[in-house]
Amino acid sequence: MNRDGGPTRAEVCAVAVAECFRNNGEILANPIGTLPMIGGRLARATFAPELVMTDGEALLVENAMAVGVDNPEKVVGAWNPYRAMFDVVWSGRRHVIMGGSQIDTYGNQNFAFIGDPAAPKTQLLGMRGAPGNTINDRTSYWIPNHSTRVFVPTVSVVSGVGYDRAAELGSAGRYHQLVRVVTNLCVLDFETPDHRLRLRSVHPGVAVADVVEATGFELVIEADVPESRLPTDEELALIRDVIDPNGAGEAEVPA
Amino acid sequence: MIDKRVTIDDVVAEVHDGMTVGIGGWGSRRKPMALVRALARSSVKDLTIVSYGGPDVGLLCRSGMVREVVYAFVSLDSIPLEPHFRNARQSGAVTTMELDEGMFLLGLQAAAWRVPFLPTRVGLGSDVMRLNEGIRTVRSPYADGEEFVAMPALELDVALIHMHRGDQGGNGQYLNVDPYFDDLMCMAAHRRFMSVERIVDTDDFLKEGPVQSLRINRLMTDGVVETAHGAHFTECVPDYPRDEAFQRAYTASAKSDEAWHEFRAKYIDVTEAEYQKAVAS
Repeated sequence: MNRDGGPTRAEVCAVAVAECFRNNGEILANPIGTLPMIGGRLARATFAPELVMTDGEALLVENAMAVGVDNPEKVVGAWNPYRAMFDVVWSGRRHVIMGGSQIDTYGNQNFAFIGDPAAPKTQLLGMRGAPGNTINDRTSYWIPNHSTRVFVPTVSVVSGVGYDRAAELGSAGRYHQLVRVVTNLCVLDFETPDHRLRLRSVHPGVAVADVVEATGFELVIEADVPESRLPTDEELALIRDVIDPNGAGEAEVPA
Repeated sequence: MIDKRVTIDDVVAEVHDGMTVGIGGWGSRRKPMALVRALARSSVKDLTIVSYGGPDVGLLCRSGMVREVVYAFVSLDSIPLEPHFRNARQSGAVTTMELDEGMFLLGLQAAAWRVPFLPTRVGLGSDVMRLNEGIRTVRSPYADGEEFVAMPALELDVALIHMHRGDQGGNGQYLNVDPYFDDLMCMAAHRRFMSVERIVDTDDFLKEGPVQSLRINRLMTDGVVETAHGAHFTECVPDYPRDEAFQRAYTASAKSDEAWHEFRAKYIDVTEAEYQKAVAS
């Protein structure tokens, strides 16, 4: 980790994750994984104090819990075992950030398995909660290894529902909303007429051509692609001193 | 109150070829591993396992008991992919019912409430519908007329769960932060068996934890068996944490047939008492 200079790539990613939760209201912000958790906790500690967050298990905590440390301090506000989590999800009070082994241009996501359903080439996680999360609530994705292996023209299995699939459902799909895909290279969104993935911003040091080369389908790219927002001094201090004192984010995104 | 105390062997004798067996816990947490190990030593076959899966699923798949796995994930938590389940899947040794975690809950709830299905939005648009031809949809009879997934009841022949404390009548108490879905597993099953860390006097339950921790009542159980350290190597806090070193050894046993046979001889083809002695040393 090199935090001596300006913001690290991991810190830029954390801010991009935090921005996913801006103006979400009083909902459960549920970023899954190290870097997403740093970003979510950053959002709540700064511009979105209304967000509700978990300790990664069955508790809702009210403090900016540190990531990647043993026995972090927890200020427990409520109990949220798995069964209660389904109540939250199905009542539309969550924005989850999940990972994905494959994702296509409409945001169909796969982390179940790859290949023949009877004997897959690669067994991955299974469906987990992806079908229910995507049909009920806002969903974003975190992809730490932006590559043509992940961004594919067609996913092997649809675990998380994309915009084309949701559109076929008519009104039954009305709660489906994919927000962003944050990667180690850039931020993508679905703010296009047909909800195909658009390049929203590139992280400092990344060229648009780098993103194009690492993506296995055509992205919507407008004439001027801005750079991803840099952390403020306050945000940097929070990340380095409070939320991620050991550089767990930099371990995930080394650039 | 009836004395429902039984032995591990009594429980195994209730499980027959072709049955559907639900296993409580979640991932590598509070799994009834003493019962699972005993099943893995038995000759029962063609089981359908219904589980928020952890090493229970992997161990039974590797030992040849399983025909089908009904699952949303099979994980060791600190090791995201269960290695023996992964091998079984990739070789086509077991078939699967691929479910969302919440559909799984609804299937158990439907069985518990004795209805054939529960409606849900969950699954719509995803490949859950493509991969499970047996799962149908249902149209709302009300003004909205929307089409929902009709999650079928997951009826279990046998449920196996592990609790921290129990009494001899079959009441059960959990002392960690999450009850998981163990009560639903029992309510969805015809025969229900609970292993516990310790059998206590009913009078002593509230010395162990608050009344809300008494999640399993004796209407939900047919037998209780005391198996101290019986969830090992999965997490059973506050009594003991997951045995990460042992879990790594279990994971390494998926690397080759030789590694598995060595692991099996040492830890599975032994009595529960011998197992506990082996892992304590």
